[in-house]
Amino acid sequence: MEHLIEIRDLRKIYAIGEEPVAALDGVSLTIENGEFVAIMGASGSGKSTMLNILGCLDTPTSGSYLLDGIEVARRSRSELARIRNQKLGFIFQNFNLLARTTAIENVELPDFYLGRLGRSARRARARALLERVGLGGRGTHTPAQLSGGQQQRVAIARALMNEPPVLFADEPTGNLDTKSSIEIMNLFTELSNEGITIVMVTHEDDIAAYAKRHLVMRDGHLIKDDGGRGATALPVGISVGGAA
Amino acid sequence: MNVFMIFRVAVRAIWRNKTRSALTMLGIIFGIAAVIVVLAIGRGASLNMVAEISKMGNNMVMIFSEQRHAAAGVRGAAGEGQSLTASDGLAIRRELSHLVQAVTPEVRTQMQVVYAEKNWSTTVYGCSTEFSTIRNWDVVEGSFFDELEEKQCARVCLIGRTVATNLFPNDDPVGRTIRIGNMPFKVKGVMGVKGVGGFGQDQDDAVLAPYTTVKRVLQASKFPDNVRHIKLSLYSMDQLDEAKREIGLLLRQRHRLADDDDDDFRIIDMAEITSTMSAVSSTMTVLLAAVAAISLLVGGIGIMNIMLVSVTERIREIGLRMAIGATPANILGQFILEAVVLSTLGGALGVALGVAGAQTIGNLQGWPILVEPSSAIGAFLFSAFVGMFFGFYPAWRASRLNPIDCLRYE
Repeated sequence: MEHLIEIRDLRKIYAIGEEPVAALDGVSLTIENGEFVAIMGASGSGKSTMLNILGCLDTPTSGSYLLDGIEVARRSRSELARIRNQKLGFIFQNFNLLARTTAIENVELPDFYLGRLGRSARRARARALLERVGLGGRGTHTPAQLSGGQQQRVAIARALMNEPPVLFADEPTGNLDTKSSIEIMNLFTELSNEGITIVMVTHEDDIAAYAKRHLVMRDGHLIKDDGGRGATALPVGISVGGAA
Repeated sequence: MNVFMIFRVAVRAIWRNKTRSALTMLGIIFGIAAVIVVLAIGRGASLNMVAEISKMGNNMVMIFSEQRHAAAGVRGAAGEGQSLTASDGLAIRRELSHLVQAVTPEVRTQMQVVYAEKNWSTTVYGCSTEFSTIRNWDVVEGSFFDELEEKQCARVCLIGRTVATNLFPNDDPVGRTIRIGNMPFKVKGVMGVKGVGGFGQDQDDAVLAPYTTVKRVLQASKFPDNVRHIKLSLYSMDQLDEAKREIGLLLRQRHRLADDDDDDFRIIDMAEITSTMSAVSSTMTVLLAAVAAISLLVGGIGIMNIMLVSVTERIREIGLRMAIGATPANILGQFILEAVVLSTLGGALGVALGVAGAQTIGNLQGWPILVEPSSAIGAFLFSAFVGMFFGFYPAWRASRLNPIDCLRYE
């Protein structure tokens, strides 16, 4: 059967000084459509590198990566940009909204580069997405006029703009208070229930608990994969917290 | 992403930094304005000069006598030769009447003219009855001398406005007798105002008399037929080359020149003088335009500088745009377009400022001004080119950035 994401023996080697450092040291993994995955690990464990490669922002040194059946490990910058545009949605720790640009225009942005919709259809879809994330009346607000939680919701609406099959979230609640964090995670759960695949990096256990499958990384290796069998408790002896 | 959308993004980015954008544009604004002003003044001046020169005569061609170039020995100045005669002029009139509508020999002599207690030093021109046609210079009071008076060496003359003002501050000069040298001359008329000539001389400071009278009576010349030069008027300047060739052949024949002899005359047309004068003014225009172009270069470097700052400042925006699907080409296009919008906006304002500036300078200084649409459009297009050229490097740097590094940039 076809997997949404299939990586085989993925390696990423950085040459830092004399010694080459393997941020990813032979990771193999498959993620199916509709999964809600949390990647956990201490800082330096390779989880960010993993997410960057899965998100087509970075290319592996070796190994293969099939996204939706297409090999993306060795593609040009332009091709990767198009893949990111159509297949992936990004949600960042610090939201990364365009400042001095209204919420609705931020949400429209991915379609500027895709050009799938006309002007009015794009505006209508952006408005519907804002409605979907609970910001119906805030379309004309700029990021500075929105709270952190609201900004992250605009970012989620933006990630959904081109209807990508998978969302990548990098510490999506890292800059949020507890209440906003819970709201965002509830939104993720809803999206997951609608069938959208979500891959999230976090080092907070209670945030990871929202995911259905948990991967734990250490020193560039995947050391635990509960396979989505509902086990939210982490094995004793693996500390994933600490890194701020 | 279509061009219009990139354009909107560019305009908005510029609008967000109004002060900085305006200051950046200043270089281009002043550069373009300087180019427009310099070209307007230069073109105005050279057109004015051409107009002044063509005012000197009506399809005019001049023939000067010239000493044949001997291998050695003393050479005279231009027009010092003795070869040209009034008969040559008459021959041209007779033989080439299909090309030439009027001919006058011309001799000049500086003389003191006297009327009652007033006297004035002026140039006396000896010419034929056709002088008025050739020089486009009409009599306003009285009448020109006629062919009979010319043939009889009559002591008659016409005076220019300057001479009239000086000798006859109150009286009507027509019919009065003035003395030129020691000879009495009857004033037949007064010439219209001709004004300042292309070379700055007062053209109205002149007395006109039949060339026969000037040569035989005033100068008592031993060679009464020799003249300084001949002016003639063609029917059409289109026939200039043909006329010059025919005149040359006729004169060589009349002067009995062997095939390998040099011409002992020189034929000059107004176009030649005009092109020489234009060349001088074009050189000045080119020099000044070069200075203006350097100021545009400096303006362009200003744009490049500010675009580099802008790229660094918006590095997170670049990272985000790349992360959500902007290709390197999209980023390249966005920043180049931003630079082009900045420079063409500056260019448009510069053209406006330049046109207004040129008109103002023209009005204040009384200079002729000519803003050619081509120079305004050219300057505007050049400003777009400046933006593209100097915007490329910053835009290229932006497009080569790695999205991960951009997103992490603090």
